[in-house]
Amino acid sequence: MTVPQPVLIVGATSDIARAIARAYAKTRRPLILAARSPARLGRDVDDLTLRGAPSVTVIRFDILDQPAHQTALDALGTAQSTIICVVGYLGDQQAAEHDTDAAALIMRTNYLAPALFLDAAADRLLRAGGGTIIGISSVAGDRGRASNYLYGSAKAGFSAFLSGLRNRLARRAVHVVTIKPGFVDTRMTEGMKLPPLLTAQPEEIAAAVLAAEQKRRDVVYVRPIWRFIMIAISAIPERLFKRMRL
Amino acid sequence: MAQKSLLSGWGRFPKVTCNLIRPRLEQDMRRAIEHPSLIPRGNGRSYGDAALNPLGVLSSLQTDRLRSFDPESGILACEAGLLLADLIAFALPRGFFPPVVPGTKFVTVGGMIAADIHGKNHHGAGTFCRHVVSLTLLTADGTIQRCGPDENAALFQATCGGMGLTGMILDAAIRLVPVETAYLRQETLRATSLDDAMALCEASSGWRYGVAWIDCLARGRRLGRSIIYRAEHATKSEVGGDPFGVPPRPVRRIPIDFPAWTLNRWSVSSFNALYYARARVGTSIVDYDRYFFPLDALLGWNRLYGRPGFVQYQCVIPRAESPAALRRLLERLSSAGSSSFLSVLKLCGPQAAGLLSFPLEGYTLALDFPANTANFNLMLELDRIVLEHGGRLYLAKDSRMSATMFRQTYPRLASFQAIRHQIDPTRKFSSLLSERLDL
Repeated sequence: MTVPQPVLIVGATSDIARAIARAYAKTRRPLILAARSPARLGRDVDDLTLRGAPSVTVIRFDILDQPAHQTALDALGTAQSTIICVVGYLGDQQAAEHDTDAAALIMRTNYLAPALFLDAAADRLLRAGGGTIIGISSVAGDRGRASNYLYGSAKAGFSAFLSGLRNRLARRAVHVVTIKPGFVDTRMTEGMKLPPLLTAQPEEIAAAVLAAEQKRRDVVYVRPIWRFIMIAISAIPERLFKRMRL
Repeated sequence: MAQKSLLSGWGRFPKVTCNLIRPRLEQDMRRAIEHPSLIPRGNGRSYGDAALNPLGVLSSLQTDRLRSFDPESGILACEAGLLLADLIAFALPRGFFPPVVPGTKFVTVGGMIAADIHGKNHHGAGTFCRHVVSLTLLTADGTIQRCGPDENAALFQATCGGMGLTGMILDAAIRLVPVETAYLRQETLRATSLDDAMALCEASSGWRYGVAWIDCLARGRRLGRSIIYRAEHATKSEVGGDPFGVPPRPVRRIPIDFPAWTLNRWSVSSFNALYYARARVGTSIVDYDRYFFPLDALLGWNRLYGRPGFVQYQCVIPRAESPAALRRLLERLSSAGSSSFLSVLKLCGPQAAGLLSFPLEGYTLALDFPANTANFNLMLELDRIVLEHGGRLYLAKDSRMSATMFRQTYPRLASFQAIRHQIDPTRKFSSLLSERLDL
């Protein structure tokens, strides 16, 4: 029997990450949960263990702290593994339009830090001889809109990064997955009015992540309808698009 | 953070916009307690207005972690938002099953305690809360209190069946029962009349599980004709193969609200006639999902009743009064031709310790009615029959009982109110149900 590969989840306190951790626990993979406030995960360790994870390790980790990236990856040792970046920060678009620091935080959290982290992760996996990298990006990156272009542009960068990384590693043993969830019912979107048909539950994202790893999918729109919505939105001529309220 | 959400119970009547708060952690729960008015809510499977409060609804769904399990004693500790479906998925492969289950697995542990639910084994096992070893409760003053049958027992008895009015249940420890398989050995019997049905229910009280489906539209000699299902957990040798492997069941979803006239006297009486005639009398091995949760295969079945929603009417009548009362109820129902197509009759055991716990020794009859004026009037007539025979209605199903009837039928109400007053003098925890019943 082969030893199950560990799964490192970064941004582990989010609702999506919790659902992903549960889904992997069921498949009996060892879990490493990296989060800024590991105290929030105290009770999840027992839960995930009872749900089947052979081991659950929680590490304190802030993706904005770049020197710590290597330390977090050290937790994986030299094993082939799955590394999932669930980090995301919506921020306040309107406030950030007039606040450079706030805008920079959105961009760094959604693009710069995750990209640098996964770049380092890729090197690790190459040295280990293989593995999977999964980035949770967003349909918001498919086209910039007035209502969330700071977040959207950072996610666009992240999607492009994942696409490039996948291209670079395609002939090596490291597979790269881009997940585009669309609306998800989570803490991040609490208080927003979301259309039920377009809004996924965190468990659906988790199921999509597992399936994507297993079937070596590249880019996954969790609810397929989002692929068509984004094709339509991307097809609108800029001349028109710029006048629309989206 | 609160979110405005249009909520209802499973009956989809009434529907109210509520401030919905969904904490992830105990510390978030404590913060939410500062809200002026709140009612806890699990998965929204009580039928009426028990988990509705426009000012604040405190959801347990995000706190659904397993805490510990002891295979020696079978005691499982979990957070209150854990779904029964997840609990079963965890326990069954380990050879354990919940001690009591309701008619759906889409309920939370906290909800089962707050409604002190009963199941097809009530005559032997009592209500769910009889198997609760301990629980922790976040009360109105922001403190967390532990209680159980031997610890802080008064608070425990008020919380079991207390409809969330004593505070937010955070964690619970439950004693599960060992089982050999995920299957039941079911015996199906046909009863041609009410007397026959009651005789068969009595004769089945030695069985672990027992319930009857009753045709409420049958009249005359056929009044009360029923199909009786009684069952025992199947043994390994009866099942053969993988004792805990259950083939996945095809699940369908009702995608839209059906027109309100879908379920009418004619469609329901044809359905009933077919159901009665086609029931396969005899013994069979059924998996737990089909036996306990037949309707769970039809997601969103509440939409069959259309946009106006429906009301469940569940009463229990003391045993001595049951023959007369049930006959009167059925006669009234069949002459009204009201289209209750999910009618269930069950013999209950002695009443539980919970102060507002519903079951008492006798027969319980559960009916579904589309929410419309004729049916509301009909239910008022049924109320009178229930009252005259010393029965009462189940709060977890109710959305329309009067405060007067409630006071007359729940004799331990005063004790409940005394405890509630002590721990929540400002009535921070309240719901549309508690307001309506002046609880």
